[in-house]
Amino acid sequence: MNAIITVIGRDRVGILAAVSTSLAERNVNILDVTQTILQSNFTMVMMVDVAGCSVSFKELAADLEELGRGMELSIRIQREEIFDAMHSV
Amino acid sequence: MINQKDILSTINMIEQQHLDIRTVTMGISLLSCCNEDAKTACENIYDKICRYAERLVPECEDIETEFGIPIVNKRISVTPMALVAGASKTDDYVTFAVAMDRAAKSCGVNFIGGYSALVQKGMTEADKKLILSIPEALASTEYVCSSINVGSTRAGINMDAVALMGRIIKETSEKTADRDGIGCAKLVVFCNAVEDNPFMAGAFHGTGEAESVINVGVSGPGVVHSALKEVSGQPFDVVAETVKKTAFRVTRMGQLVAIEASRRLDTPFGIVDLSLAPTPAVGDSVARILEEMGLETCGTHGTTAALALLNDAVKKGGVMASSSVGGLSGAFIPVSEDEGMIAAARKGTLCIDKLEAMTCVCSVGLDMIAIPGDTPASTISAIIADEAAIGMVNSKTTAVRILPAPGKGVGDTIEMGGLLGSAPVMPVHPESSEAFIARGGRIPAPLQSLKN
Repeated sequence: MNAIITVIGRDRVGILAAVSTSLAERNVNILDVTQTILQSNFTMVMMVDVAGCSVSFKELAADLEELGRGMELSIRIQREEIFDAMHSV
Repeated sequence: MINQKDILSTINMIEQQHLDIRTVTMGISLLSCCNEDAKTACENIYDKICRYAERLVPECEDIETEFGIPIVNKRISVTPMALVAGASKTDDYVTFAVAMDRAAKSCGVNFIGGYSALVQKGMTEADKKLILSIPEALASTEYVCSSINVGSTRAGINMDAVALMGRIIKETSEKTADRDGIGCAKLVVFCNAVEDNPFMAGAFHGTGEAESVINVGVSGPGVVHSALKEVSGQPFDVVAETVKKTAFRVTRMGQLVAIEASRRLDTPFGIVDLSLAPTPAVGDSVARILEEMGLETCGTHGTTAALALLNDAVKKGGVMASSSVGGLSGAFIPVSEDEGMIAAARKGTLCIDKLEAMTCVCSVGLDMIAIPGDTPASTISAIIADEAAIGMVNSKTTAVRILPAPGKGVGDTIEMGGLLGSAPVMPVHPESSEAFIARGGRIPAPLQSLKN
């Protein structure tokens, strides 16, 4: 099952490293990453495969949110289907 | 991979523009619960509701987490209780409401609808007993919602029921006077009620429905408002197109959640209701959408036309996004639940007469309107009759959910809290409708041709 992780906040050193480490620890495979600076905001969008994830989706979402809080970032994970449904016919 | 801009726009809709699923409502048939003994019937009701809906709340919460979209309400609707209670030899129908309330609490939902009777043409003994028990039933329960259908395009308007409902609304308000008459916020009088409505207080599970079903109501006034800000000053064709596109997206999300909930709960998917349902939160108002179209204050001249466009465009956009559309499907204009409506009513621009005109072009009716506590029952009945006539003649659903404010008058405000919001008391015409309502009988069904 694919999911989209979005990371939004102030740019700093080590965001990508921290997020990808956390994902690797939970056996989440990163499929694609894009990142930009939008109006001085760091914005990263990641597509991941959570099929082999070692924790439940709920725990993964909570862990990522917690990680974000520590770095003053908003990190959320959502199943891919919601974006597909809303933006493609 | 999906376009980054699209991903961020969805997240912005959820975080900044109050996009949410307003309700996932499970409809459950209680016809199999009928029993001559009322106590047994109530046990059957409690058991069946709990059996079907026990996983409703946890599954919806999991969907919220996985899709990252809030589901504000999880609710249950049941067979009109007069049909179930009618089989029991008892005059005390309040026990049925108590059984519903208990089941709602056990399942963790925030409302249960279906303390209802359909009396558009006439009243059975059971219908009458149920209607007379409404004030007590709503005062002694927390989550039970009641609705009565008093008219339809095919049957006309049952004016005896209309007269009775005026008195019942007054009595319900008085019985919950210590809480600003909150009982009336859980009581709706319909014309052309629908069987698959997921929204409260008017939801019930019609007899033409399956054993159980999942109906979903979407929301998104804030999203529509933000989209319209982008096309400021442009012609109405552009406005309509913008609303359609937005409604499409919002409804696709509703459809996705509905299918997912249906799968997880192993319950057939019923409908997605395409209603724009506001909340009292700033940025989640239907009135502000109308104002965005160029009206200084909602309720001024032009409001009805603006609402007609909005309502139609929402349906056109939504209908292609869902495999099955139903329920009420239209823009709601509940005064107390809409920050912009509250402001317009306080200012005096939005009055009951204008709201009545607005209900001709949108769903659903005079909704969550506070009126002075000393308003005569016959005036309330006459308001219901006017609204039912609009529904009957225009073959649409209309409703009245009106709140006589105990001990309060024009200029006062009633506070109900939460999604029910607060409502400024609005003036009603002081001239009497007493003799009109006293006539009783039936207003015949209207001609369906020669439409002008």
